[in-house]
Amino acid sequence: MRFFPLIWSSLFRRKVRTLFTLLSIVIAFVLFNYLSAVRVAFSMGVDVAGNDRLMLIHKVSFIQLLPESYQARILSVDGVKAVTHSTWFGGVYQDPRNFFGQFAVEPEGYLNMYPEFLLPDDAKERWYRNRTGAVVGRSLADRFDWTVGDRIPLQGTIWRTQNGDTWEFTIDGIYDGAEQGTDTSQFLFHYDYLAEANALGRGFVGWYMIQIDDPSRAVAIGDTIDERFANSPFETATSTEQAFVQAFASQIGDIGSMMTAIMGAVLFTILLVSANTMGQSVRERTSELAVLKTLGFTNRGVLSLVLVESLLMAVVGGSLGMGLSWLIIQQGDPTGGLLPAFFVPPRDLVIGAGLILFLGTASGVVPGVQAVRLRIVDALRRT
Amino acid sequence: MSDAPESLVQVRNLHKVFRRGSERIDVLQGVNLDLAQGEYLSLMGPSGSGKTTLLNLIGGLDTPSDGSVTVSGDRIDKMSGGKLSRWRSRHIGFVFQLYNLLPVLTAERNVDLPLLLSPLSRAQRKKHVATALAMVGLSDRAKHYPRQLSGGQEQRVGIARAIVTDPTLLLCDEPTGDLDRRSGDEILELLQALNKEHGKAIIMVTHDARAAERASRTLYLDKGMLVNEGVDA
Ligand SMILES: Nc1ncnc2c1ncn2[C@@H]1O[C@H](COP(=O)(O)OP(=O)(O)OP(=O)(O)O)[C@@H](O)[C@H]1O
Ligand SMILES: [Mg+2]
Repeated sequence: MRFFPLIWSSLFRRKVRTLFTLLSIVIAFVLFNYLSAVRVAFSMGVDVAGNDRLMLIHKVSFIQLLPESYQARILSVDGVKAVTHSTWFGGVYQDPRNFFGQFAVEPEGYLNMYPEFLLPDDAKERWYRNRTGAVVGRSLADRFDWTVGDRIPLQGTIWRTQNGDTWEFTIDGIYDGAEQGTDTSQFLFHYDYLAEANALGRGFVGWYMIQIDDPSRAVAIGDTIDERFANSPFETATSTEQAFVQAFASQIGDIGSMMTAIMGAVLFTILLVSANTMGQSVRERTSELAVLKTLGFTNRGVLSLVLVESLLMAVVGGSLGMGLSWLIIQQGDPTGGLLPAFFVPPRDLVIGAGLILFLGTASGVVPGVQAVRLRIVDALRRT
Repeated sequence: MSDAPESLVQVRNLHKVFRRGSERIDVLQGVNLDLAQGEYLSLMGPSGSGKTTLLNLIGGLDTPSDGSVTVSGDRIDKMSGGKLSRWRSRHIGFVFQLYNLLPVLTAERNVDLPLLLSPLSRAQRKKHVATALAMVGLSDRAKHYPRQLSGGQEQRVGIARAIVTDPTLLLCDEPTGDLDRRSGDEILELLQALNKEHGKAIIMVTHDARAAERASRTLYLDKGMLVNEGVDA
């Protein structure tokens, strides 16, 4: 590109101004990536939720328990392939701040229902046989430096054992996520252990996960199930897992649209900043652009020079910002592991790249058109 | 179309009218001018008489209100846009009173600017730039920025930039107007050498009668008309 030295040196004609503008762009894109990682963490699960799975909860709220006996009755509904259940344990590990999700599940049924949880076969075997065994997600294990064989005590807050509130578990395996978005912050253990050891006795579970054979019939099957339990002491509400996770996520507030609004405001401000820089830079070199035109640069030529210059500024600043945010995000999530995952999804990287190009073009358009409109004779007269 | 075959520039019945609001300024009112190949013409006249305007019209920076301008066979009053830009880059070298170098570029990059539009390779361009800088005696200042040069040196870089594409015609608008006598004389000598040794045709606007004497012919512009007072008109 033979015009590169010309464009590059024009960009740095006012070093301080250009550096400040670059810095604003860098910060904007660091924010952009960081906030999209946060947004993804909060909407976690929504994207990866299966659409062939239904969630069945108590009609009143999902913290109400349901009879264990429902399992067989759900399975008998036409179109249902498999049913398993999960129960919120809500124990404390050492300190209430060390929060993570703990679920009492049917080990085999649960892993079959969620093939995106990857566990080695020997670990599976071990877990199925060990009544007080647990498996934990990779990010959770990393957070507390747990390895297979570790004994983990949890203080029950909802569930107590017959002889106190300390529950002992042994880690039998560490599962990985099949996808980047898979939640690897869970702690899973035998429902049987919970049911047999707790002071209240067995008979109740938190909610049911139902696998159906035809996703397109999800609504009809859900309605059939709910009808079956209508007018019983435990009425149910069945929805797709996606809808369920969405509703769950929106309880934390609509983090997603908040983040989007912040990012929008930041990027709009940056657009004004860099458009202003380009505008000033073009205005103060009116006579130089006139000279270029005198030398034979066409209107299209000067327009390209200005556009490429502002693109260059956006690309340099934007890539630095994206790179820097990558480094920051690599350091792990700001809560030290509370978030189920912390990464920038590829889709947002593509959007980021698109925004860089948009920023570069948009901030160069007005100055570029000014450069085109410039009449040589008038511009030279003004010097 | 051409009256004299060796004629490089023919200006016929040239009019230029500027309008400022309702006011109408007839700057040029029927100018006729011929410039032979390799001729060195100086153009004098009171301030505001239209010298710059005439130069701009001959160089294709502006379009006439009426009349024709032919340069080496091309009717440039009929050209516009990109075509005129490209024509200019091939045929005309401009030298400005205030040098108009790009402050962010070194001398050699300034001289290289017009070549960026040519199909020349990087190596060829480098050679042309070196030659042009040598012709103006500034080979040792190639890497200097304009602010590191004296006014006279800046103008020599300006001249190097004007001749680097080997144009047919050099148009100089008060090239010594901003220089002290000594630097001015050096520039005038340089222009004379370009004319004598390299056969460049030159039109130079000047307010300085001593400068005008260097040319082979001097024309006076007054009230929008040319008055011949040349030696060998
Ligand atoms: N773009 C324009 N719009 C309006 N008037 C103009 C324009 N360009 C030139 N003029 C007018 O035309 C007249 C001639 O201007 P020009 O610059 O050609 O004079 P000049 O002979 O070069 O003067 P000087 O010796 O001061 O450089 C002036 O009165 C000027 O105000
Ligand atoms: Mg003038």
